[in-house]
Amino acid sequence: MTGSTHLPVGAEAIRDKGYWLAYRFLILRRLSQAFFLSLFLLGPWFGIWWVKGNLSGSLTFDVLPLTDPFIALQGVVAGHWPEMTALIGALIVGAVYALIGGRLYCSWVCPINPITDAASWLHRKLDLPKGWQPKRGTKYFMLAMVLGVSVLTGTVAWEFVNPISMLHRGLIFGAGFAWALVIGVFLFDLLLARRGWCGHLCPVGAFYGLLGSKSLLRVTTQKRAACDDCMDCFAVCPEMQVITPALRGKDADTPLILSPDCTNCGRCIDVCAVDVFHFTHRFDETPAPGRVRDRTNPAPKVGKAA
Amino acid sequence: MSTQPKNPARRRFLQDAARGTAGCAVAGMTLAWFVQDARALPDRAIRPPGALPEDDFLAACIRCGLCVRDCPYDTLVLAELGVDGAATGTPFFTARDVPCEMCEDIPCVAACPTGALDKELTDIDDSRMGLAVLIDQENCLNALGLRCDVCYRVCPVIDEAITLERRHNERSGHHAIFMPVVHSDHCTGCGKCEKSCVLPGEAAIKVLPIRVAQADQAEHYKRSWEENTPLVDEIIDLPDRLPGTGTDNLAAPGGFEPTFKLPQGATTGGIGQ
Repeated sequence: MTGSTHLPVGAEAIRDKGYWLAYRFLILRRLSQAFFLSLFLLGPWFGIWWVKGNLSGSLTFDVLPLTDPFIALQGVVAGHWPEMTALIGALIVGAVYALIGGRLYCSWVCPINPITDAASWLHRKLDLPKGWQPKRGTKYFMLAMVLGVSVLTGTVAWEFVNPISMLHRGLIFGAGFAWALVIGVFLFDLLLARRGWCGHLCPVGAFYGLLGSKSLLRVTTQKRAACDDCMDCFAVCPEMQVITPALRGKDADTPLILSPDCTNCGRCIDVCAVDVFHFTHRFDETPAPGRVRDRTNPAPKVGKAA
Repeated sequence: MSTQPKNPARRRFLQDAARGTAGCAVAGMTLAWFVQDARALPDRAIRPPGALPEDDFLAACIRCGLCVRDCPYDTLVLAELGVDGAATGTPFFTARDVPCEMCEDIPCVAACPTGALDKELTDIDDSRMGLAVLIDQENCLNALGLRCDVCYRVCPVIDEAITLERRHNERSGHHAIFMPVVHSDHCTGCGKCEKSCVLPGEAAIKVLPIRVAQADQAEHYKRSWEENTPLVDEIIDLPDRLPGTGTDNLAAPGGFEPTFKLPQGATTGGIGQ
């Protein structure tokens, strides 16, 4: 443990790299989320109908159909084989996320992400106890449960409660009391379970994680030898368990973060003052020596002072 | 007495699996209850043209709202949570607010990516969104003997879906009542009659879901005016009642005389009088 452990999260990165590099991916992600939302809002707000529909299903420029593959899957198990338009849309979306990065959806597109990020930020500011932490496998049980209920009730079951659809559709078509669910997720993450919803329970995230388990875009800890144990990456990472195998790996272990839980949010890259992390592809085999740590070789003091 | 399990990993796996399954069962039952609760479609929410039967519809509709977007008259809306009774995010319309204008190209059906609105529907006159019912025959102006006729006149399938049936006006004794009568074989359930009913507030004629508006046919009653087949397969030749001893055929020889006398004029019974 080094002195920099006690600095506020990201303080070193801001000091060493500047504000932009220390918040680059956070800002880009917020822009991406705003971009995808605004595409859908251009129509209802300004009458520019480039994109019609919502995240469940949409039509872009009157030619490109897109469908949420998880919703399409629920429909299929519920007993309705969708028409070609929806199938093609689901295949396109599924292929893109399977190829690039499954939970890219979670951190770069999903409208609930800013909500749970805000809850997490406030949680850290208020220094609240982490609360209920369901096991990592819980979301897969949730996924199985949703598909099971879809089969049993013959409905697209998750869409009766899905806070993502509720929020997104609410913004585009009118919300009703959908806000209550969104506030519920925020309060759940803030008071009951730190990072509880997206990482532990949401079956949509679980689905996209499985979908992208072999996807290309990966964060690597290639310069892990430079890690000074400031722990900032663990503090900002919504799925902190994915970092350890790569960051703490020995020479022979891959520096790539290969867990399907990683959302490719890039916050670890932002907050690392010594640039351990960067984006790469899953076939990147650049050698990445692990850290050598013992009493005679303490952690390198890369930061100027701490 | 507590002992260390022989195989802690197995013990942990079994415990986790049991806990996960139990959690799933609880969450699943909650979700299933919620789904079951939310799938009850209110009678005033009319699904778009070509919508599959409600059970199939909820398996097919992904709630994307593309039908709503392509509806040129803003008839269709997506149900909002806790505001509208239909399942959240599914399309419906309220006939008294904005009825279906029955576009010939049926853009809502064309827009549906999943087939929740059935592409088999190519002629809007074949759609059966619901069925109009003259539900308040006490306040309907035509039923009172006045000439309103508005529902009849706005009907896109005029003279087929709604006809005016002439009846005798018992109240005045010498006027007619022009009673609007809906015919289910032509009514599409578009709701234009309900929308334009001149009564303030609720309409006297309302579009209801077919499941509410229409009864099942009584299959076990023959409709002789529709099918000409006799009740029995062939004519049964019952034995003729021949005159003779022991019968009540008084006019025939061998008939017996009753022991009592009928009043005068009826002594010989019915036959031959």
